Amino acid sequence: MSEKPPRVGLFVTCLVDLFRPTVGFAAAKLLEDAGCTVEVPRTQTCCGQPAYNSGDRGDARSIAARTVEAFEGYDYVVAPSGSCAAMLREHYPALFTDDPGMAAKAAKLAGRTYELVSFLTDVRGVTGVEARFPGSVTYHDSCSGLRELGIKHQPRALLATVDGLTLAEHADAEVCCGFGGTFCVKYPDISNTMVSEKADAVESTGADTLLAGDLGCLLNMAGKLKRRGAKTSIRHVAEVLAGMTEQPAIGESAEG
Amino acid sequence: MESSARAFKENARAAVADPQLKRALSHVKEGFIGKRAKAAAKLPEFEVLRDAARDIKNHTLDHLDLYLEHYERKVTETGGQVHWCPTAEDARRAVLEICRAVGARTVTKGKSMIAEEIALNDHLEANGITPVETDLGEYIIQLRGETPSHIIAPAVHLTKDLVEADFRAHHTAFPPERPLSEPRQLVNEAREVLRGKYLAADVGITGANFLVAETGTSVIVTNEGNGDLTQVLPRVHIVVASLEKVVPTLEDVSTILRVLARSATGQECSTYTTFSTGPRRAEDPDGPDQYHVVLLDNGRSSMLGGEFQDMLRCIRCGACMNHCPVYHAIGGHAYGWVYPGPMGAVLTPNLIGIEEAGHLPSASTFCGRCESVCPMRIPLPKMMRHWREREFERHLSPAGARAGLALWAFFAKRPSLYHFVTGMAAPLLAALGRGRFRRLPLAGGWTAHRDMPAPEGRTFRQLWAGRRQGESR
Repeated sequence: MSEKPPRVGLFVTCLVDLFRPTVGFAAAKLLEDAGCTVEVPRTQTCCGQPAYNSGDRGDARSIAARTVEAFEGYDYVVAPSGSCAAMLREHYPALFTDDPGMAAKAAKLAGRTYELVSFLTDVRGVTGVEARFPGSVTYHDSCSGLRELGIKHQPRALLATVDGLTLAEHADAEVCCGFGGTFCVKYPDISNTMVSEKADAVESTGADTLLAGDLGCLLNMAGKLKRRGAKTSIRHVAEVLAGMTEQPAIGESAEG
Repeated sequence: MESSARAFKENARAAVADPQLKRALSHVKEGFIGKRAKAAAKLPEFEVLRDAARDIKNHTLDHLDLYLEHYERKVTETGGQVHWCPTAEDARRAVLEICRAVGARTVTKGKSMIAEEIALNDHLEANGITPVETDLGEYIIQLRGETPSHIIAPAVHLTKDLVEADFRAHHTAFPPERPLSEPRQLVNEAREVLRGKYLAADVGITGANFLVAETGTSVIVTNEGNGDLTQVLPRVHIVVASLEKVVPTLEDVSTILRVLARSATGQECSTYTTFSTGPRRAEDPDGPDQYHVVLLDNGRSSMLGGEFQDMLRCIRCGACMNHCPVYHAIGGHAYGWVYPGPMGAVLTPNLIGIEEAGHLPSASTFCGRCESVCPMRIPLPKMMRHWREREFERHLSPAGARAGLALWAFFAKRPSLYHFVTGMAAPLLAALGRGRFRRLPLAGGWTAHRDMPAPEGRTFRQLWAGRRQGESR
């Protein structure tokens, strides 16, 4: 290949960093397999959504400004999350409407930022993966990725190339799981009703594994399914696509 | 209407625990969503029409003064009268004065959310005038002493067995052993009761889906025909409408009508679309002697030119609440005031204050499904976020949540410290959790209903640093 490999800055996301590093390594592997060099800027923390969606524009701006600086100079910025990628792509520029200098930098970052799976298919032209995952899976469409970034067919297209995997869609796959960041702790009764319905839909497919592209939703759905004693395993889609499924699934331990 | 929006959390808790409500709300999910999707898919230009409808309203709102003055001129020319009402109280007074001037004892009413907003029925009753709701859903909830739980399906929180019981209790003139379990039987019985009321009414009150500046016309869309009988049979017709209902021309009405019913019920157009211009003319076979428009502001003009102006594009189709998973979980009454669902979450704080209605824009996951189906492309989540910003600026959000957020932000803005802390916490939580926690201090809202998955072990950052060192060696 004569093409110089694109430099990708991996936006790890705070939840992946803390809860599920495997997803970060899976993302790095998928990106490297797609011909990219992957770097992880040290000064990243979180995309700032907890502040932004709580109405704390000041802190959201400070955190966004740090992220913009941390990811300057990369050809692309990729996050294993539709929600965080949409924050950088769709919302950062609007945070700096009164600061033209920062607004231009934020717009430049926004134009280079992608969610992992859609980056692989839509930008890098990946049409298949070398991975094996025997069993049936069902896929939850996380809201931000689906409605802000148009991610729907991309994960399904790549999952279809995983050896041994069958996809069993659940009803209302596009309906919110009830996570919503701080929503799930501020309005626990409503959130519980929503995640219970999601868990019903997932369980009724009989699928062995539930996949999604956002760890927030996955922690919420895993928490509910495990509390109910469901047999379903829960994983981030990147783990399956990268063939990195040796780790216990979300909410499970090596001892079982 | 009195607000219970401050008690939103308590209202919601009661709602999710109500099995009858859950049964009734399942119809919202099963009915409206599929019908709208089918109707939208059948019309190739549907998305283009949404843009056109949005643009019409944006243009109108940018020149609202011009179109309202033109509208009033046309209403006056055709023999009607516009009553400008800055507040709900002004509107109530205007309606009462018109009713008193003709010695009205009963009034029939078509469906009107503005009448709910100004609590018109209570005011009329308190002044010795009997209001009779003629829309079937409104009629049912009037019997029950309730308020609408949905802006186009006011009785959607009820199941038909409850309605049957209400009819049997109130309609005592009918034989007790009559069959009444089928919707058709309920409709026929309500129709029989209401027929007499139309003829006896002194005044008919309707809302308006549109006011047309070009002609001074008011437009209602209904499926039962009750609106027509309400406005044609009595001697006086009063239209109660808010000022953002105005559009420039009849052509504009026809454009917006093409998205309205499809978005609301999935119909191509509603069964009846009725245009009323002024009182009865000499050559007309029927119609009212007087035609009044009670035009309500009630805070809307202060939304012009600000970050909530887009909300004034709303045409009250109900698609946002039909598609809202929060509305599906709790129904409309939990919101505590006239307008439920996502449109209420944005509009209500504008009308009754964010101090009163702060929960409404907060109780959203920002899933964005409302915006994706809104025929007027109103950015509902964005505007809910604007309300949260106002709340935050004014220190109205709960102190505990603010303190938690401030602590988190303190670390998130300091990467070295942040990674030091998370680097300590992750392995500790992993060791304690063994897969997941059933209880966690300070996370009761989470663990009351679900387990908290534990971290895997070390953070990604720690592990990545290790991998890179390994590679460079």
